[in-house]
Amino acid sequence: MSFDVPDDCRYLESHEWVRLEDGAARIGVSDFAQDELGDVVFVELPAAGDELSRDEDFGVVESIKAVSDVYAPISGTVTAVNEALENEPELLNEDPYGEGWLVEVEPADEDELDELLSPEAYRDQIE
Amino acid sequence: MSRETPLHAAHDAAGATFTDFGGWDMPVEFDSIRTEHAAVREACGRFDVSHMGEVVISGADAERLTQRLTTNDATALDPGEAHYAAATREDGVMLDDTVVYRLPEATDGEFLLVPNAGHDEEAVDRWEEYADEQGFDVSVDNRTAEYGLIALQGPDAPDLLADETDLDVDDMGRFEVTEGTVAGVDALVATTGYTGEAGFELFVPWNETGAVWDAFDVQRCGLGARDTLRLEMGFLLSGQDFDPEDEPRTPYEAGIDFVVKLDTEFVGRDALEQQYEEGPDEELVGLELIDRGVPREGYEVTTPDGEHLGHVTSGTMSPTLGDPIALAYLPSEYTSPDEIVRVVVRGEPKKARTSVPPFLNR
Repeated sequence: MSFDVPDDCRYLESHEWVRLEDGAARIGVSDFAQDELGDVVFVELPAAGDELSRDEDFGVVESIKAVSDVYAPISGTVTAVNEALENEPELLNEDPYGEGWLVEVEPADEDELDELLSPEAYRDQIE
Repeated sequence: MSRETPLHAAHDAAGATFTDFGGWDMPVEFDSIRTEHAAVREACGRFDVSHMGEVVISGADAERLTQRLTTNDATALDPGEAHYAAATREDGVMLDDTVVYRLPEATDGEFLLVPNAGHDEEAVDRWEEYADEQGFDVSVDNRTAEYGLIALQGPDAPDLLADETDLDVDDMGRFEVTEGTVAGVDALVATTGYTGEAGFELFVPWNETGAVWDAFDVQRCGLGARDTLRLEMGFLLSGQDFDPEDEPRTPYEAGIDFVVKLDTEFVGRDALEQQYEEGPDEELVGLELIDRGVPREGYEVTTPDGEHLGHVTSGTMSPTLGDPIALAYLPSEYTSPDEIVRVVVRGEPKKARTSVPPFLNR
């Protein structure tokens, strides 16, 4: 099985992605991760204004069979939360890099992005 | 080394993910639990349950032995009938739950028990030892390695089976068992299952399990869907909702009073009669979360003031209802519906209400 690993994202070993768009960093979980989790039924996320610290857990994604913490690829302040996931958590399965994103943050230090896995390195990890 | 069912390679080729369950390497999921679950509720799904045990009891005292070691009334079963029962020890604690089939006449054996995965040898030992003690004339055969077992479950199951069998399946009521052919293979066909839907369990020779499995072109289902389906019905999972060591529970505590026939003689009867008269201190109740969250096995249940009441033994997000549901043993004053409690979800007390299972009416 091959999983979608977009070239415009960077990745954490724990399967979160981050994409920089107009200075804001959008964060989600990878196609591989959503497949491993199975049917997502519940997502718990921080609130706008909360601070995320790199590599620390900031929320929970639950599927029918498992509970998973999600980790912050970069540090920053939450500027937006994907509220659609509250009623449609399955968006995370259906469109993990699009409609199923988790939060947007204002990065504390954009240089942190350079320390994340490149798409190539992440593809190697999940192969 | 885990045991494998005769369909293991076929499941692997179909893309299943696997887990160890009772010493067997079993498929958890083929496509998605939601898809598999919905197929069973709305149409039909097929399950490989070859990991379940098959123990055949025969001989002059087969009925007496079955009567003594199960809580239900084995003497009430005519050939071709089955019922659900518990096997209890002297103190009334459930060792296992099982369906007891009284085999059709002319079958090689009198009773068929279906112990849970990994409990077949223990069942055989227990039945043989008790028979020896009592001087009963019986033979106890472990046929787990001889039978594959396929469950065909869902509203479309009768029509699908009708196309592949010489039996008149419309004439079969629930909890019956008969001999026939399925996809040209000699089988024991039983109107049993653990999903709450109409359906069948097909006992077939181990080496011919593949032919029967392949005859039904319906959704393959794994243990994940079986777990959500059985939980919606409030059906117990052995080793989780009761376990002689980790969760010692009697049938009364577990809410399966209907399997206990106190007017028969069985191991644990006196203890259960006493509990029946006094009422159990704790009982299994349903919980429906009112706050957002998913209750999981092991989560603590408290009063609104935070006083410990018990813990969740099974919990999930119900795929059919879209609501978080759970089973938990709570003090008996919490067994009526609509008591308000809390389930502690990762440190956060979430509001929940008690209910009487099943969660889904079928």
